[in-house]
Amino acid sequence: MSLTAADVAEIMRLVEQSGFDELNLEIDGTKISLRRGAAAPSSATPAAALPAAVTDPATAARPPQTPTDPNAEALPAPLLGTFYRAPKPGAPPFVEVGAQVSEDTIVGIIEVMKLMNTVRAGMRGTVTEILVLDGALVEFGETLMRVRKSG
Amino acid sequence: MRIIRTCRALGIETVLAASAADLDSVPARLADRTVCIGPARPAESYLKVETIVHAARATHSEGIHPGYGFLSERAALARLCESSGVVFIGPTAAQIEAVGDKLRARAEAEAARVPVVPGAAVGSTDEALAAARTIGAPLLVKAVGGGGGRGMKRVDSLNDLPATLELAAAEAGAAFGDARVYLERYVARGRHVEVQVLGDGTGNVIHLGERDCSTQRRYQKLVEETPAPGLAPALRAALHAAAVRFAQRLCYRGAGTVEFLVDKERDSFYFLEMNARIQVEHPVTEAVTGVDLVAEQIGIARGAGLRLSQADIRTAGCAIECRINAEDPALDFRPSPGQVTEARWPEGDGIRVDTHIATGARIPPYYDSLMAKIIAHAPDRTGAITRLRAALAATRIRGVDSNLAFQARVLASEEFQAGAFDTGFVTRLLERGA
Repeated sequence: MSLTAADVAEIMRLVEQSGFDELNLEIDGTKISLRRGAAAPSSATPAAALPAAVTDPATAARPPQTPTDPNAEALPAPLLGTFYRAPKPGAPPFVEVGAQVSEDTIVGIIEVMKLMNTVRAGMRGTVTEILVLDGALVEFGETLMRVRKSG
Repeated sequence: MRIIRTCRALGIETVLAASAADLDSVPARLADRTVCIGPARPAESYLKVETIVHAARATHSEGIHPGYGFLSERAALARLCESSGVVFIGPTAAQIEAVGDKLRARAEAEAARVPVVPGAAVGSTDEALAAARTIGAPLLVKAVGGGGGRGMKRVDSLNDLPATLELAAAEAGAAFGDARVYLERYVARGRHVEVQVLGDGTGNVIHLGERDCSTQRRYQKLVEETPAPGLAPALRAALHAAAVRFAQRLCYRGAGTVEFLVDKERDSFYFLEMNARIQVEHPVTEAVTGVDLVAEQIGIARGAGLRLSQADIRTAGCAIECRINAEDPALDFRPSPGQVTEARWPEGDGIRVDTHIATGARIPPYYDSLMAKIIAHAPDRTGAITRLRAALAATRIRGVDSNLAFQARVLASEEFQAGAFDTGFVTRLLERGA
């Protein structure tokens, strides 16, 4: 038995999809060592170190979720669904970056099987960042936008 | 996890719908993609039919496999899939409803010439008393919407019947949203034997042999095995034929299980219910038949029909499964959630372990306490017991309590080894003490 290039590619794929950070494999004298994110310190949280193996265009088009304002708070999606920034197609969005919001301000709609759920800011402050594109699938807890709290 | 494994083997991409509590579980890491459908509480995540179908559509999933938990027998999920263009990997909504209502299932069984436990649907208390006199005590009061041992009460004396009926109806109304109850003869020395079937949805049905699940505690199965030990060949064949007739009558689609109560004293059997899903104990059937039941479910859902004929199903040897639960037998099997500080699972010839638990895994308090299924397969029953006992001895679970030692005791008992048990076996074992 010998390993082909295709076998190695398959092993790499499996490791990438698995929860393991490191693999040492020896078959008939052939040794393979694989390590995920070798440059990163090993204490990194495993969940965050996983590569984004996502091919869905809706998600791939999502802007990167890196906080630009460390003082801003995340506004998480209260449920899974399709996020809409405006009350109807073509209408102006509920909020833009810079908008002042209070607890009851509607910042978007999450649709679940044609049922529209309004999303409220739940805090008082200024929207500093909007992380989700109109019409994208958002998961429960996913950060929709960031708000710098005031008062 | 079991389903993801088959999908991988078939080259099917998987999207796992997980709650916030399960996001760093092993299945979540194995799936090609995991979407968070809601918080830990099942009512806000795993039981949200609309959210799950929405997630399937938004991720361009062709089909939904409901597993064997939460929504696997909810007609609402099957129906929403049917109207949303998503394939439901399971029976039709109408079939789920037909078997989910115990009275309807009973009527279907009678129509398919499948024997049912002597019993009756009851409206008024007078009706119930009249029926109870015909059936004779002891008997069971069962909730029409119940199942898996929930919503069942035993009546030893007919004098207690009116009070028990009232209580049972109130409880059934609260628990299942359906206050209807019915009466059934209580079989003292019964065995729980179920038959695995596969149907193509047009009336073609095959069976894959039976499983004996008599080793149960309060109707929760602990050990399952195939073939059922000590059944006369004629009785075994009659069980298989009855299960096929029942599923044929429904034009059943997908994998299902027809459960029977085998009355040891009368050497007869009665239809109990049909489970319209893949069951926890399906691996023992897979072990002796070599058939991947999840792959067959997917094949049927894709419209490939039955790829196997009855003649293709051959069984070899005996397989026994132990359920390993995070629960404390010393405290009346109370669930024991927490973090698993060490998990070591057995391996070896004829041993299969289905588990999502690895060292460091958290067992959330919100869900079922099932941690693993350990399955042993050998040419004969004695060999399978020997393998399974060795496998349990090689298993280590630390951090949470488990029923591991109790299961070892079950396998070591004379009654189990003789294969002469009935559904009262575990209760008797517990009464004898440690």
